[in-house]
Amino acid sequence: MTPPGSQMQPTVGTPRLHQSAARCRRHRRRILEVSQKVDALHVAPAFSCMEIVDTIMNVAMDAPFGGQDAFILSKGHGAMAQYVVLEEAGILDPASVDRISQSGSSVGGHPDRGVPGVIASTGSLGHGLPIALGIARGNRERGVTGRVFVVMSDGELMEGSVWEALLLGPSLGISEVTIVIDHNGSISRGEIVNVQPNLLPVAPKLAAFGWDTREVDGHDPMALAAALASQTASAPLAIVAATVKGKGVSYMEHQPIWAYRSPSAAEFAQAMSELADPDVPRA
Amino acid sequence: MRDALARAITEAARQRSDVVLVVADISPAAALKTFLDENPTRIVDVGVSEQAMIGMAAGLAMTGLRPFTYTIAPFALYRPLEQIRVDLAYQDLPVVVVGVGAGLSYSALGATHHTIEDVAIASAIPNITVVAPCDPAETQAAVDASFGLTGPMYLRLGKSGEPDLTVDAPEPFVLGRIRCLAQGSGTAVIGYGPLLDMAFQAADLASAPRPSIYSAHTIKPLDVERVDRILRDYDHVIVLEEHVENGGLGMRVRARAQQVGASDTAITAFHLPDRFLHTYGSKDDLIGPEGISVEELAAAIRRDVRHGR
Repeated sequence: MTPPGSQMQPTVGTPRLHQSAARCRRHRRRILEVSQKVDALHVAPAFSCMEIVDTIMNVAMDAPFGGQDAFILSKGHGAMAQYVVLEEAGILDPASVDRISQSGSSVGGHPDRGVPGVIASTGSLGHGLPIALGIARGNRERGVTGRVFVVMSDGELMEGSVWEALLLGPSLGISEVTIVIDHNGSISRGEIVNVQPNLLPVAPKLAAFGWDTREVDGHDPMALAAALASQTASAPLAIVAATVKGKGVSYMEHQPIWAYRSPSAAEFAQAMSELADPDVPRA
Repeated sequence: MRDALARAITEAARQRSDVVLVVADISPAAALKTFLDENPTRIVDVGVSEQAMIGMAAGLAMTGLRPFTYTIAPFALYRPLEQIRVDLAYQDLPVVVVGVGAGLSYSALGATHHTIEDVAIASAIPNITVVAPCDPAETQAAVDASFGLTGPMYLRLGKSGEPDLTVDAPEPFVLGRIRCLAQGSGTAVIGYGPLLDMAFQAADLASAPRPSIYSAHTIKPLDVERVDRILRDYDHVIVLEEHVENGGLGMRVRARAQQVGASDTAITAFHLPDRFLHTYGSKDDLIGPEGISVEELAAAIRRDVRHGR
């Protein structure tokens, strides 16, 4: 476990980046472990943004929490991804992660302001980006420098409040905000391409609204880190990260049913085996 | 009230470096020009984007600033209601949501611009303090008091030209406390917002013992101790509000009367009907046909009206 404050500088190519793959396997195993202790968990939505959240918090930010940079998980249903990173950074108590959403627990299925390491209460989609613009604008007023990172889902882009904020950020000259879209292509009731095909392709729309836009493989920490480091002072940065819902566990990938479900014992064993580190003999 | 708000914010910004204004495409009152001249960076105009207005205000507050959001009341509260609930109330951030032109201030513009359910809606949300000053001086006082809060406030204002009702008030403005504006006997009129002017006019017209007049400027949290005392001290309590009955002050007063067993106290409630008003003209043109007028109120003070409204 990494103690708080020991994070390395967010430079592409640092050891923290090279350890990303192993770290994300560990994060996913931890999420699965927790899934066995609670009734139901948003497993697949967390797996979808695992590399995104880890790369932002552990590589791009000056610290996962408490530094000058800020992080908002606007797709609040990916909470487990944020919790396990905070837990490994020593910010969130493992005992509370173990009891997520259970009776008496103060840590629940969506991030809540006040939970250690969480600055914004999300869960209702379309709230993170406007708040991030406010933080960036407030920092400027206060003479504080710091980037504000927001992870959003692609389905979240259907919310009108998102487009108000997408329009507004560049208009206000706010370049300190970086959004990463977890673009797994699916929403609760199916595929975006079937439900709201005009949302696609995403990147040109963001570019048309004045965002500096990148498209990367959302499960490639190197690509994510490079894109996150490419921010300029001229415009806010939007990274469209292609992802797979349930990434890392074969039977979860692309399967909507795993959006909110805990694996059975047998499914758990298989998933843990698929996520084992290469140098560890598989069970 | 608009000008009083601008003066209050301008004055506050001279004392404190944390005051910021977030406006949604509303031309700020001329009085705000001073604020803009003195603090060119402390205003954010989000354009026609009320959800972004509230979300940004939440973010600004997270950095330690004290934002005031400003637009006309229906768009200040109803349009971004979920942002107010989640971003401001749930996260308990000190943002003042100013709704200017509340009630039927925009009587000529139709029901899209009426704000007659806002007290009920805002009051139903935990953590929000709901304040409806009755005149410019109370507006100033409410702005000053907002800095003592750690959570959000919905500030329900009229528009412009409201008369001063509180210059002779025997009690000062204290947030969370019902305030006596005029001491009388027998009958108490309790209300909020600029409609309270009607109570003074009706008292003049009534040719009856002058009623006491109370400003329940803080509707949430309601000063229920004072409500109970008023119910005990008077045999007739008139509630006056530019708001629908559901979730309004009248209902609260009646509920307290039930609770404390004040069955000897007659309660007359003046409120707006549970329907959209498709009429136009002045505010009086709209509320008169709904039974809210100086004459009707004077009749109630004289106790000609005992129809248990």
